[in-house]
Amino acid sequence: MNDAAKDLTEALGEAVIQDPTGLHARPAVKLTKLAKAHQAAVEVRVGAEADWVNAKSPNAVMKLKAGHGATLRFRASGSDAAAAVAALVALVERDFDG
Amino acid sequence: MAEPAAEQVIAGIPAAEGLVIGRIAREGGTHPGGHQAGHQVGRRAGSSAEERAALLAAVAQAKAELDALIAGEDELAAEILEFQQALLEDDDLLAPIFDAVQAGASAQGAWDQALDREIAEYRGGEDEYLSARAADLADLKGRVLRALAGEGDDGKAALAEGAILVAEDLTPSRFLELDWQRLGGGAIRGGSKTSHVAILARARGIPLIVGLEVELDRLAPDAPAVLDAEAGRLILAPSDGTLAQVQSRIQARAEGDAAAAEALAEDAVTAEGERVQVLINVDDPAILDGLSPAHCDGIGLTRTEFLFAGEEPPDEAAQLAVYRRILAWAGGKPVTIRTLDAGGDKPIPGVSREAEPNPFLGQRGLRLSLAHPEVFRVQLRALARAAAEGPLKVMLPMVTLPAELAQARRLLDEVLAELAAEGVAHGRPALGIMIEVPAAALTAGDFAADFYSIGSNDLVQYVMAAARDNPALAGLALADHPAVIELIQRSVAAARARGVEIGLCGDLASDPATVPLLLDCGLRSLSVAPAQLGRVKLALRGYRGKAAGP
Repeated sequence: MNDAAKDLTEALGEAVIQDPTGLHARPAVKLTKLAKAHQAAVEVRVGAEADWVNAKSPNAVMKLKAGHGATLRFRASGSDAAAAVAALVALVERDFDG
Repeated sequence: MAEPAAEQVIAGIPAAEGLVIGRIAREGGTHPGGHQAGHQVGRRAGSSAEERAALLAAVAQAKAELDALIAGEDELAAEILEFQQALLEDDDLLAPIFDAVQAGASAQGAWDQALDREIAEYRGGEDEYLSARAADLADLKGRVLRALAGEGDDGKAALAEGAILVAEDLTPSRFLELDWQRLGGGAIRGGSKTSHVAILARARGIPLIVGLEVELDRLAPDAPAVLDAEAGRLILAPSDGTLAQVQSRIQARAEGDAAAAEALAEDAVTAEGERVQVLINVDDPAILDGLSPAHCDGIGLTRTEFLFAGEEPPDEAAQLAVYRRILAWAGGKPVTIRTLDAGGDKPIPGVSREAEPNPFLGQRGLRLSLAHPEVFRVQLRALARAAAEGPLKVMLPMVTLPAELAQARRLLDEVLAELAAEGVAHGRPALGIMIEVPAAALTAGDFAADFYSIGSNDLVQYVMAAARDNPALAGLALADHPAVIELIQRSVAAARARGVEIGLCGDLASDPATVPLLLDCGLRSLSVAPAQLGRVKLALRGYRGKAAGP
């Protein structure tokens, strides 16, 4: 991590996908819109080992192919990193409702 | 006018029910998603700055078109188009395309290549859902290419009144652009039941067949045809007899539709006011999104084969998440989940035996689960854990002997003891059996089942010794044959004597014509295809008790 990044707040969080059809198009769009509403850089991955992808890219999020029961992990860095991760975790936990 | 051509039936998969008599209209090759070459010559490439400006303008135009489309459509359609709109705002997707333009590529070439790469990636995986979304990308690709070529939105294309649209494939936005007030329905070679187009067609009641098995060149424009999206057939040069038959089906459908829509939200009662339980059959929980639990008394059959469609059987957590979601939808109403019913016409990779000489009389249903306790236990554990959260019933398919039920119950008991020892929340689900095998129907009283559910589709084929997937035997596979009725009556009597519930979850319950017969047999619980709920309730309303006479 470089010096600039050290100054930024880092946040981590995770949530399990409830929807039986998994992270399909509508939830993926909701997720990216919510991520974009934050200034922080936000990344997401499925499981503990996969590559991180940009949570603000609907194309990348769609290609996660995150199925039902999969755990979405978020990490963010930036001024509102904690708020971004909390909002995204809450979105997944309420099954993308609203 | 004489019709020289003989009637010809082309098979397909019904994606949205309905019937249309009309003429073939071919979807032209200049629309999005088609394999059009026309856009390749739309404009001449300029300097990299010009190309960049052209691409920016095309993206902006595509956005504006999507905005206008979304504004004019309902929520479901808008949400589908929103994915495309979101892609136009995806910097990760767009930046490399603009980089390529900067490096000298034409706007058209860069966009075309990048989107083709993404489409190939979406289609390439095993993931059926992601493959289906490739159509959305193709849709978007065409829209931007049209904008680059200086073409406006096609708007509502003029097509003949009542025409049957045939196409290689339809993109969601093209589907929405078409004037379905004028068009009767559609038949496409591509697509699947889970594609966005199929979802849209079902939601709007537009008859649609996917997977049409014909080269489009063989379909002459304006040729008279019948679109039978109930059976999944496109009939070319229909005979007078076929036309008359379809005409009367359309008539009956129109009358039925209006009344059924009205009956949907009403209570399921007979003409004499007797309440009948009407539940739904669920093949795939995805359909629950579009259904209201208020319209039914719960779920009488949840098939779990869809869970096992992948290469590996699903783990406990994945199954539990699905079962919980279904219980949450039902909101306290009973939910019956059937354990894996693989084998027969539903092979499951890695579980069911391959190439059994006689699969319908082979190791299927519970027989297969008992032969694979390692797979069965995972399902029972997930079901027992879900049972902590709502009224869950577990139903065993293809049961022949009481000893099989006893063996399954022992496994369930072991699993419950394990969960208790692990301190994991769980409940004891009711454990019932399907009545599908004639031996089980004749000796139903001997089974220590918590409930019974008659699976009429298999029962009919086993009683009549007529495979249900063999059209040549359609005349023998009679669901209302007295032998079948006799077995249903005996099963109902056995359930009454034991004081446990019995219902029927096969196609017989979904057919308004056979509903009175089932009530005559003493059944008061029917589990039906969700699309048939209103029609079944309507049939119940017309039921005035067992008819006198023969």
